[in-house]
Amino acid sequence: MDNIAGRKSGLSWAVNISVFAMVVLWLIPTVGLLVSSFRDNQQITATGWWLAPMPVDFSFRTRALPDNMEEIDGVYVISGNVFADPAQARWFPDGAGTLSAFGTRGAAPGEYAPGEVVEVVTRGQVIGALTVGAEGDYELRHDEPFARPVTFYFEARTPPRFTLENYNTVLRADGMDRAFINTLTVAIPATVIPILIAAFAAYALAWMDFPGRGLLIAAVVGLLVVPLQLALVPLLTLHQRVGIGQSFLGIWLAHTGFGLPLAIYLLRNYMVGLPRDIIESAKVDGATDFQVFVKIVLPLSFPALASFAIFQFLWTWNDLLVAKVFLPSGSDSQVMTVKIADDLLGSRGGDWEILATAAFVSIAVPLLVFFTMQRYLVRGLLAGSVK
Amino acid sequence: MSPVVQGIITIFVGVGGCVAYFYLSNIVLDKVIFPARGPNPGRNINRANMVRPWLFLFPAMFALGLYLAYPVVGSFIRSLYNRAGTEFIWFGNYIDLMAEPTFRQAVFNNFLWLLFVPAAATFFGLLAAQLTDRLSWGNIAKSLIFMPMAISFVGAALIWKFVYANNADIGLLNAIRDALGAERPIDVVQIPFWNNFFLMFILVWIQTGFAMVILSAALRGIPEETIEAAIIDGASPFQVFFRIKVPQIMGTIVVVWTTITILVLKVFDIVYTMTGGNFGTHILPSYMMSFMFRDDGRATAVAFVIMIIVTPVMVWNIIQARKEMR
Repeated sequence: MDNIAGRKSGLSWAVNISVFAMVVLWLIPTVGLLVSSFRDNQQITATGWWLAPMPVDFSFRTRALPDNMEEIDGVYVISGNVFADPAQARWFPDGAGTLSAFGTRGAAPGEYAPGEVVEVVTRGQVIGALTVGAEGDYELRHDEPFARPVTFYFEARTPPRFTLENYNTVLRADGMDRAFINTLTVAIPATVIPILIAAFAAYALAWMDFPGRGLLIAAVVGLLVVPLQLALVPLLTLHQRVGIGQSFLGIWLAHTGFGLPLAIYLLRNYMVGLPRDIIESAKVDGATDFQVFVKIVLPLSFPALASFAIFQFLWTWNDLLVAKVFLPSGSDSQVMTVKIADDLLGSRGGDWEILATAAFVSIAVPLLVFFTMQRYLVRGLLAGSVK
Repeated sequence: MSPVVQGIITIFVGVGGCVAYFYLSNIVLDKVIFPARGPNPGRNINRANMVRPWLFLFPAMFALGLYLAYPVVGSFIRSLYNRAGTEFIWFGNYIDLMAEPTFRQAVFNNFLWLLFVPAAATFFGLLAAQLTDRLSWGNIAKSLIFMPMAISFVGAALIWKFVYANNADIGLLNAIRDALGAERPIDVVQIPFWNNFFLMFILVWIQTGFAMVILSAALRGIPEETIEAAIIDGASPFQVFFRIKVPQIMGTIVVVWTTITILVLKVFDIVYTMTGGNFGTHILPSYMMSFMFRDDGRATAVAFVIMIIVTPVMVWNIIQARKEMR
């Protein structure tokens, strides 16, 4: 529309800014999840994900061990470097860091500035004089030998730490690997099976003449909006009566049934638009309906078939309701959505890094499908809604 | 047998079975029942062609009937029985529900959802469609706004848990409040009444992309002459948008609106994941799930109430579809 008269360039910066703001608003929550899933499990609760590239201030506890005690001119001295403590190796792998404060009490780990000399008091008794430098070198002096280790505290900056540990934990220990396979097991047959059934029905509704056709199309449109909630109890009862019970077979059948109205509707709308000449000339040449369908209509309908396949795949992958009802609730057959909603949110409710990682594992495949096949998705939406 | 193997076998059996059914039933029809030879070949061909549509339709109709049409009746009948399904209690379940404050709350909340979500999603969708229309990077912007469509409701709920978290170091919302000088973090999903809107916004966030894609196609379909004529007549951009463009895509706006309305009545995942229906956030689909596996009579009664709310939309959809076919 660039060629339209009176196009105002004065407004275009405003448009650019507002679209940019909207995109940021829409994108930020997902980015936050992605960033959080790679953060260290201690840093994640210490600072917000938007500060992820910044260092994080932590307080640490360390101990001066009597083993390293030396006697110098009648004074007993323990010296060392706080960053060399193996307990802190995770944060300071090369044994060096910058200390911002230190303290002698757990309640006030950053009471004193580096370089100050302070008394260490335990149960009302002075047990030594401590000083800690900014590089982490400490010296503990006392005129009697040290019998027990002396505990003190310090605060230091830790570099931002990104890790794949969360993914390892979620996939191995929390059983998301099993849930991932279960989701895949539910989604693929539930996507493939309805397509062919729907394609034949759509062809009949689009290109064959028979009494009651209009009524059937209206029925399909009506069934499109039947709430799934209605189907749960009667079908579960039915499945239990015929011996399917709660099982993968049951959920495939259920997803097939629930996906059919959209499939038939989308495919019929597409097939009706195919050129009449091709189909009629094939019939004049003696092709049967079956041949016309298999050799002409089916290959030409590929874009519509692809659109529906993507919809159905996303829907079955993302579904929580049908999986909760039609699959057994044990962890052997939990799909990812059920696993997150019923298991992880309860048992791991406070472990933000686990929740973020699990959520990202579950949305990774749909996002991949979305970004690679967006074209078909859009086409399918348009065929289904705008006429 | 492992479910994966079972799945692969099911694909082969399912697809193979469909192909075999369609292929063989056509052969049987053409060669055995009504062969195109013998005394009346013409009549036989006609008869075969009368039967064939039903062959094509049978598997779909059977599945639709069993999985969608039968449950409407089945659910209604089940909702007239008591919890164990042993005693016919007429509308007892419905009467009990009416007396239940949580049910009334769920109905009220559901109407809030029905008003707010379609309106907000359509509004943002229209805004995004119109604004991105002329931008050079409009397609990228659209693609990013459209992205939440691919995310599950559970995933979306988790994503927004990170925004709403009751902790200024996790939740973006509380971090912003903190930066503006708020004393301590608040848990937005626990604020009575307004917490519903925080949950609704998650669905708006998901559905805006859908509205945008469809409305954007509709905007592109508007004949350019009408817009050009308006501009030459001196219409401002706002007048062009509200007086020329919006009236022409009104039909599409209504379709988007109704589609999202139907969706709202199906989505229980967000409430279930975010609050579990606590803090006065139940809506009918989540309220129904609280009875599932515990009291089938009540569960089906709630489901049927949802069906009653959907019915006007369904009728309207059918009327529209029939209009298009003529």
